[in-house]
Amino acid sequence: MLRERMPFHFIKLRKIWYIISILVIIPGIISLFSQGLNLGIDFVGGSLLDLKFHQPVAVEQVRGVLGKFGLEGASIQRSGETDFLLRTRELSEDESVQVIQALDQELGGVTVQRSERVGPMIGRELIRNAFLALGVASILMVVYIAWRFEFKQGIAAIIALLHDVLVVTGIFSIFQIEVDSAFVAAILTIIGYSINDTIVIFDRIRENMLNKKKGQLLEDIINASLWQTMARSINTVLTVLFVLVALLLLGGTTIHNMVLALLIGITSGVYSSICNASPIWFDLKRMENPGKPKTAKA
Amino acid sequence: MKWDKILKLAGIVVVVAALAVLAVKPVFPGVKWLPFVKLIKQGLDLQGGVHVVLEAKDTPEAPVTPERVKQAMAIIENRVNAYGVAEPVVQQQGDRRIIVELAGIKDPDEAVRNLIKTAYLEFKTEDGTTVLTGRQLKTASEEKDPQSGQVRVNLEFEPDGAKTFAEVTAVNVGKRIAILLDGNVLQAPVVDEPIPNGRAQITGYESLEEAHNIAILLRSGALPVKVEVMEKRTVGPTLGADSLEKSIKAGIIGLIAILVFMVLYYRLPGLVADFALVVYALLVLLIFAALHVTMTLPGIAGFLLSLGMAVDANVIIFERFREEMWSGKTLRSAIDAGFKRAFVAIFDSNVTTLIAAAVLYYFGTGPIKGFAVTLSIGILVSMFTAITVTRYLLHLVAGSNLVRNIKLYGA
Repeated sequence: MLRERMPFHFIKLRKIWYIISILVIIPGIISLFSQGLNLGIDFVGGSLLDLKFHQPVAVEQVRGVLGKFGLEGASIQRSGETDFLLRTRELSEDESVQVIQALDQELGGVTVQRSERVGPMIGRELIRNAFLALGVASILMVVYIAWRFEFKQGIAAIIALLHDVLVVTGIFSIFQIEVDSAFVAAILTIIGYSINDTIVIFDRIRENMLNKKKGQLLEDIINASLWQTMARSINTVLTVLFVLVALLLLGGTTIHNMVLALLIGITSGVYSSICNASPIWFDLKRMENPGKPKTAKA
Repeated sequence: MKWDKILKLAGIVVVVAALAVLAVKPVFPGVKWLPFVKLIKQGLDLQGGVHVVLEAKDTPEAPVTPERVKQAMAIIENRVNAYGVAEPVVQQQGDRRIIVELAGIKDPDEAVRNLIKTAYLEFKTEDGTTVLTGRQLKTASEEKDPQSGQVRVNLEFEPDGAKTFAEVTAVNVGKRIAILLDGNVLQAPVVDEPIPNGRAQITGYESLEEAHNIAILLRSGALPVKVEVMEKRTVGPTLGADSLEKSIKAGIIGLIAILVFMVLYYRLPGLVADFALVVYALLVLLIFAALHVTMTLPGIAGFLLSLGMAVDANVIIFERFREEMWSGKTLRSAIDAGFKRAFVAIFDSNVTTLIAAAVLYYFGTGPIKGFAVTLSIGILVSMFTAITVTRYLLHLVAGSNLVRNIKLYGA
């Protein structure tokens, strides 16, 4: 006998899951439309200087020196006594040498830890490639799922992963966390991960449909499948979260935002795989012949 | 108890443990490829260096042609090689872009400026006619006069250039001949007497290094087309080392958390999975070293993430295995049934993740590509270890009758 503990019926409660998702997504969408994303220089072009001064300096001092080059408007971010992150419009090679020299001479010595310069063209290409990648990945996945499972499951899976993309970009927009090219990588990983979860569940549904008892309702099969895969879904996400939390707390600052995006996205991914993908597929199936309770048919 | 199986099991544990130690600790300092973790190539964000994307630009005199881009690339390659950096990258991207990566370079900004200098050398007479150009140059080298301490760049022309130079100096005695680099007059010395041997000097450099850089530019020849920086990223060596150290620390802590969790939740199979995870990590690192995969910061994140995926395959198998046990199967048939049923799920779910990684590889650049590579290798190896290593070990443990308490198998 299967030891099945099913405290509640996932499919019967699906409206609640949809509402939760919508409540999480709506503020993000509003924010995306009103204030957009805080796009880093990877997208909009510009220069970034990660500097370590040899003695403590104040933000005003740095701004003062930048002012001589007409860069008063630069974003100056201080982390620690001597570490500064400067973001400016795109500086030419000569300009950046002059700025660094001036900072070095006037503020008692500076070491460049990291410097980045990105032209506006590169940013536009990155945005284009990001959307292309998202589109191509989605299409390929739908095709694969349609082949191995069924087309409607592919659609349901894609809706679930769009949910995850919206959750992450929404939260990044609300808190205006900087978005760079690593963010794009994070989004695609989240997609891969979220769909991975969804497929494991669909696989169980596929198997249970083959072994179904006569007259068993589709919603009960889906519900049973969700509960059977529950431990796996949660345990897997836990192990990944262990690594991500460690990276977030102890890893370097350079990948901080990427790890944060992964953390949010993978958490959202496990939710959407369980609470959105299969219920949406159920609703899509129900539309085939509305009104009737659906018995399981593979 | 079946001693042959127990011995086998013990043997495997010892071998893997030894391999793990060899992988990371310098036990045999004499063997060059050990510890092999050191062989894994580090990306610019870890060892410090500069990554620049150059683009050829049209000018009225020199519109961009595929031919010119090829020439420019060859010249830039020459200049890069002159810096003596280990394993530099010079690569064409698209029609008119060139990617250059230099690792562990002292002054990356200066290096980049020199890479894109046109370095068009001209000799002009007083009436403004160009009599010689860098094309007729045979070689250029810097030199410090041991007596006066004066730093200079010595030029030597090809035979035809030398001939022209001799003729030009002959008719211009008492007049000036200007030496121009990229249109700027470097010097305009007065010709004292005809120079027949095809040699000239440029003086007035402050340091030998400055003269060295100019000599490199002149030797490598002028760029046939204007080149501009589109994107440039430099990472200092301290920041890179710091990032690497932090990521490794975070990774070890995350890994320990996974190992502990697996044992607590899945007990004996969890221990087997932990062992399989160590095998997995070793295999992946070995592949990174063997395939010369460049490890970047996002790449490390990808590898660590793949640890989670490797565990996932085991989790799917164990959950299945538990169910089979509950349904009353014997230990051994439960193992086989668990694997068989879990395989389809593992396969389908990993293929979809691989699709995402492949797309990422295709559209990504630099570190992002590195991330896609580590993630893909991780997924493939994790499938392999879960369905071979874990399965074999689980059978061995079950077959050895070492543990008979069924509770320890998580049932």
